[in-house]
Amino acid sequence: MYLTAEAIDVGALVAETRSSDGALCLFVGVVRDENAGRETTAIEYQAYGTMAELEMARLAESLARDFPDTKVRMRHRIGRLAVGEASVAIAAVSPHRAEAFAACRAAIDRLKTTVPIWKKEFHPDGSSDWVDPSRG
Amino acid sequence: MKVRLLHFASFRDAAGREEELRELPEGGRVEDLWAALSREIPLFARYPSMPPAAVNREYVPAGTALRDGDEVAFLPPVAGG
Repeated sequence: MYLTAEAIDVGALVAETRSSDGALCLFVGVVRDENAGRETTAIEYQAYGTMAELEMARLAESLARDFPDTKVRMRHRIGRLAVGEASVAIAAVSPHRAEAFAACRAAIDRLKTTVPIWKKEFHPDGSSDWVDPSRG
Repeated sequence: MKVRLLHFASFRDAAGREEELRELPEGGRVEDLWAALSREIPLFARYPSMPPAAVNREYVPAGTALRDGDEVAFLPPVAGG
């Protein structure tokens, strides 16, 4: 399962990729305290769960094709997160750092465009809105 | 035929429901369903073109023909990560 309603265990994710390979690149996305100049107090992640799992699996397949020597493991949190909590974690292990960095970068970039997950930002005044990345 | 339509995020708020069964004429396509929804829901009508759609948990083109029992979802801009 790629989606989790529990806090992401980054250590366990790294342990899954453990090998004798030379480079491990770890990306952790963290809930920020502001967006576009507005203060954020929490974020709620909502997913089309069954499709998101399939899209994450398709993403893993595309990474395996494009980075055949790199092993990638990914988790995405859903539900309500406080500022500072990890929303996504990606670990990429490769014999060399260039491939590990490239695979990790490709993983988060592709995830953001294809996986059906949405986020709602909550503000100090109690208001909230769905984030639309296409509006910059 | 009937399809199961799922709503997410801003579309769920606009539709006021998480899912519904929709009756469609035989041979109805994904874009026909979007057109019908746009006539009912003001937020959908404001979209300049059909947003990405999924049938049975896979992205499909607008012209895809629907079949009885399909699970359909129109996806607002995704924001994972």
